[in-house]
Amino acid sequence: MMKGRVWKFGDNIDTDIIIPARYLALTDPAALGEHCMEPMVPDFAKKVQKGDIIVGGANFGCGSSREHAPLAIAALGIPVVIAKSFARIFYRNAFNKGLPLLEADVYDVVKEGEIVEADLSSGIIKAGGKEIKAKPIPPFMLELIREGGLINHLRKVLGDRK
Amino acid sequence: MGMTMTEKILAAHTGKERVEPGEIIEARLDLTLANDITAPLSLEEFEKAGAKAVFDPERVVLVLDHFTPNKDILSAENCKTIRAFAAKYGITNFYEGGACGIEHALLPEQGLVVPGDLVIGADSHTCTYGALGAFSTGVGSTDLTYGMIMGSLWFKVPESIKFVCTGKWQRWVAGKDLILHIIGLIGVEGARYEAMEFAGSAIEALSMDSRLTIANMAIEAGAKNGIFKVDAKTLDYVAGRAKRPYKVFESDPDAYYRKVYEIDVSGLSPQVALPFLPSNAKPVEEVKGVAIDQAVIGSCTNGRLEDLQMAAEILKGKKVAKGVRCIIIPATPDIYHTALTRGYFETYLDAGCIISPPTCGPCLGGHMGVLARGERAVSTTNRNFVGRMGHPESEVILAGAAVAAASAIKGEIAHPAEVL
Repeated sequence: MMKGRVWKFGDNIDTDIIIPARYLALTDPAALGEHCMEPMVPDFAKKVQKGDIIVGGANFGCGSSREHAPLAIAALGIPVVIAKSFARIFYRNAFNKGLPLLEADVYDVVKEGEIVEADLSSGIIKAGGKEIKAKPIPPFMLELIREGGLINHLRKVLGDRK
Repeated sequence: MGMTMTEKILAAHTGKERVEPGEIIEARLDLTLANDITAPLSLEEFEKAGAKAVFDPERVVLVLDHFTPNKDILSAENCKTIRAFAAKYGITNFYEGGACGIEHALLPEQGLVVPGDLVIGADSHTCTYGALGAFSTGVGSTDLTYGMIMGSLWFKVPESIKFVCTGKWQRWVAGKDLILHIIGLIGVEGARYEAMEFAGSAIEALSMDSRLTIANMAIEAGAKNGIFKVDAKTLDYVAGRAKRPYKVFESDPDAYYRKVYEIDVSGLSPQVALPFLPSNAKPVEEVKGVAIDQAVIGSCTNGRLEDLQMAAEILKGKKVAKGVRCIIIPATPDIYHTALTRGYFETYLDAGCIISPPTCGPCLGGHMGVLARGERAVSTTNRNFVGRMGHPESEVILAGAAVAAASAIKGEIAHPAEVL
């Protein structure tokens, strides 16, 4: 069970907002985290607390394929992003990097700073006095998470080959 | 029920007779690609995975195109790491320095991608190669690592939507104008997770350069891939370039499409997309007179010969407006050389333009044309998100090369006819 304070971002939050391209020469997650959401909330990294939850509108994570985006969010200790829908490359990248995503229409029922609860395994989200069920995470991706992400899965495959 | 060409390519790479939309498959890859900003993360994962080799050193492509010529020390260090990796693992298709072009212009030009291929690239605009009748899609660095080691990757088979385009093209209207119009029509998530297939007589009439532009921006509608039927023009383009044998796949007449859009291009004006989404498309006539500080003609979207030719035709004998920087970026060394021999460079220089080496540079606010607070650019690139080309309070208006060149001359958004 995750429980955290909500940061609301609207529709079409693109990867240039999540982490502007001028920082893409960085590879250290903590350094990337310092610039997360900077174009929209200039001091987001300072204001956000570990455990806070991002709630987005539609098409969250649209734009580039940069894995720096989920890395930056996860580096700030944000345990989950809940949005109405996610752009597809961001969706894969987030799970590959160990940042879980829940697809649910929570944006319109919560206020900035409110507390939401989310349960990954059941997909149940408690927000704004309501209980909302997220779209189920595809079984294939749940399996990947259980294995600890794509690279751990790969290590297993490579190990089996030996 | 028949299959779309996207489904056929995915099935062929999975060893199956057919695949269905929504199905999860593990498919064989023909080529993997990474660049100087996505490869570093990918190579870290490569080490973590404990891999000893890539699946095929001839099918792993590394292109140092984004922050090059190295814009700062960090970028230089990243390139150095990638260079060492390429040497260690015998990567034959490693492009840097004078051999380097913008990846999505370079790979088709060099015949590294061929019809019927399944390609992944750690860059969202990898969808460009659909113009050649290939399935190609952008992935993150971790998926790329998996593909680079295993030569395969999992995919969810996308549903397809089709755009049947007919009618006669107006002067100065090309691929960029159509794709901006389509994204305006369906929105930035109008094709989310889907395959966009382009067909019809107006598409057949388009050059390969324009088709590459259209496929390039499929991602801006959220699509997994964009794809075109292979025709005589495709085969002509591929002839003499293809580094490998290829296979032509064609959609069946009874294939399933979630939706079919019919578009008549006859009434289509040159389009621009206003900040801050590519879907804010408008006919240029509605935006005329908006002042600009910079014009950028280049990128994986519009840095090809057709674009450079249109720009040269419009700039010939004219001057860039006082106070406007017009930056022209030929996308590859071959394009650069051809533009030079055709005399375009003289036209550009006489007009007061800046000619840049091939680089993604300003498109993503990297270098070679970053905007200050309050500045506005017209750009032939693909994204006009907040802060995309520099300061969060700068603006980008997307357009094709003709509108960008005309606007550079007038110092404000202009229809090409206004300056000729």
